[in-house]
Amino acid sequence: MSGVKPNLSVNVGGILMKNPVTTASGTFGFGPEYSPYLDLNRLGAIVVKGITLLPRTGNPTPRLAETPAGILNSIGLQNPGVERFISEALPFLADYDLPVIVNIAGDTVDDYALLAEKLSRASGVGGLEVNISCPNVKKGGMQFGSDPAMAAEVTRAVKASTGLPVIVKLSPNVTSIVAVAEKVAEAGADALSMINTVLGMAIDIKKKRPVLGNLLGGLSGPAVKPVAVRAVWQVYREVKLPIIGMGGITTAEDAIEFILAGATAVAVGTANFVNPRATMDVLEGIENYLCENGIENIDELTGLAQKS
Amino acid sequence: MSPVADAKVIKQNMIAPGHFRLYLFAPEIAEAARPGQFVHVRCGHTLDPLLRRPVSIHAVDREKGEVILFYRVAGRGTALLSKNNSGDTISLLGPLGHGFSMPQSHARVLVVAGGIGIAPLYFFLQEIAVSEISADVFLGAATQKQLFFMNEIKESGHRVVPSTDDGSTGYHGTVADLFEEYVRKSDNQNGPVRRGDDAKVYGCGPSGMLKRLTDIIAAAGIPGEVSLEERMGCGVGACLSCACKARGGKNGVQYRRACVDGPVFPAGEVVWE
Repeated sequence: MSGVKPNLSVNVGGILMKNPVTTASGTFGFGPEYSPYLDLNRLGAIVVKGITLLPRTGNPTPRLAETPAGILNSIGLQNPGVERFISEALPFLADYDLPVIVNIAGDTVDDYALLAEKLSRASGVGGLEVNISCPNVKKGGMQFGSDPAMAAEVTRAVKASTGLPVIVKLSPNVTSIVAVAEKVAEAGADALSMINTVLGMAIDIKKKRPVLGNLLGGLSGPAVKPVAVRAVWQVYREVKLPIIGMGGITTAEDAIEFILAGATAVAVGTANFVNPRATMDVLEGIENYLCENGIENIDELTGLAQKS
Repeated sequence: MSPVADAKVIKQNMIAPGHFRLYLFAPEIAEAARPGQFVHVRCGHTLDPLLRRPVSIHAVDREKGEVILFYRVAGRGTALLSKNNSGDTISLLGPLGHGFSMPQSHARVLVVAGGIGIAPLYFFLQEIAVSEISADVFLGAATQKQLFFMNEIKESGHRVVPSTDDGSTGYHGTVADLFEEYVRKSDNQNGPVRRGDDAKVYGCGPSGMLKRLTDIIAAAGIPGEVSLEERMGCGVGACLSCACKARGGKNGVQYRRACVDGPVFPAGEVVWE
């Protein structure tokens, strides 16, 4: 092993991250939940729980079903609303030295624009992740993400309302994720994150009815990883935007797969529930991999599997 | 910084078919644990089943650094957990959650446990016995063989009134029925339980039983606390999977998280489905 520490820093559409490891929205709360388990400053960035204009109570219970090597959730964007997020949750993160990326979700295009405007005026926001891919809400959400023209319209509206870097989070529940990514890129997105959860369902054969209160849910965890790696691979070939790859990342090996497929950064999601220090394990493992392979700069790894 | 503890299994005993007492060496958790709290347990070492399982802390031995769990095999996770033997390592997060409040020394403590619900209440009874508080314990089960730890509880100075669904021991019926009669009857040993006589109820068991218990104590005007069992994801308040309905908020009902706001809630706050 060489004695030189590899350069782990990445630039995701203008968001400067000291390393490529961040958190998947909805799996890491607003930060304080996991601060007893790791030093948040060691994360490349934090992506917080999805925020809407008004508070949301979320979906009926049960909201969680365990499936083979994965989970289905139907939380339904329960959140305190943007005003309380800014006044109550954001100040905690001001004490940390890392970009705070806020995931935003709306019922209408105007909602997204208004959210972007309000969050741009708040201090301590480093970027926006536009959630056009939540499978668990009736209005908006995935509807925007499954229609390339609508996805572009939301992206344009957000870009027009903020000077912050704008990441658009894509849904795998589409015929062509590349078609959506291309339109979103044309509309001015600075980066992409993928994938959101895969629409799924589980049925309780004893009760003879769906397990989840909301009937359908979003699948995440190791079970979805191959779907996510494929999505990153396909989009990287066609769209020249940095990608935050996610979907079932549990170990550094998983993260490296995403980076080799084309991701600039990676997000750990469901694995946080299993191992609260999963982000740190992934980070340390990536660093070791770079050392062992004599790679000085993490950027050299992005999309490397496409070149062979 | 809370570590994720890798606890060594000291021993695991089958108490009855499908019911296990698991002794783990986890001194930091033993030291910090309070009755009603839980540990989030990694049942296996692979990615399937994926999630940890919340298991209430059943007892601690702080001198030996032991955390003791009592659980029933209910699915794949707990079935795997039951296969662990002495020397194996199990990953624990905890202690987590908001537990039972400790009663005042002069309080009349009434404990109502249904089935496996005795698990966290055993710890509670162990702790109050140290403060020389004795409780009336209403212990219900389907049948005599599932009335767990009756003698141990008596030995620590509490009174135990058992009930069984099949009438094989004690009161023939549910523990909620037994408790309702007790509250109503004026000729029981300590007189009727009334509003204002410092009685407090601590309950854990199936949700149907807890709902009835809540109704009974509300009618009698006795305060109480109940421990809820919910499916959990993270266990630390982030994922909002274990939401349960509670009184409060703008519309009178709001979701609260069983993992951090509970699992123990004031009985009057829970909105039963």
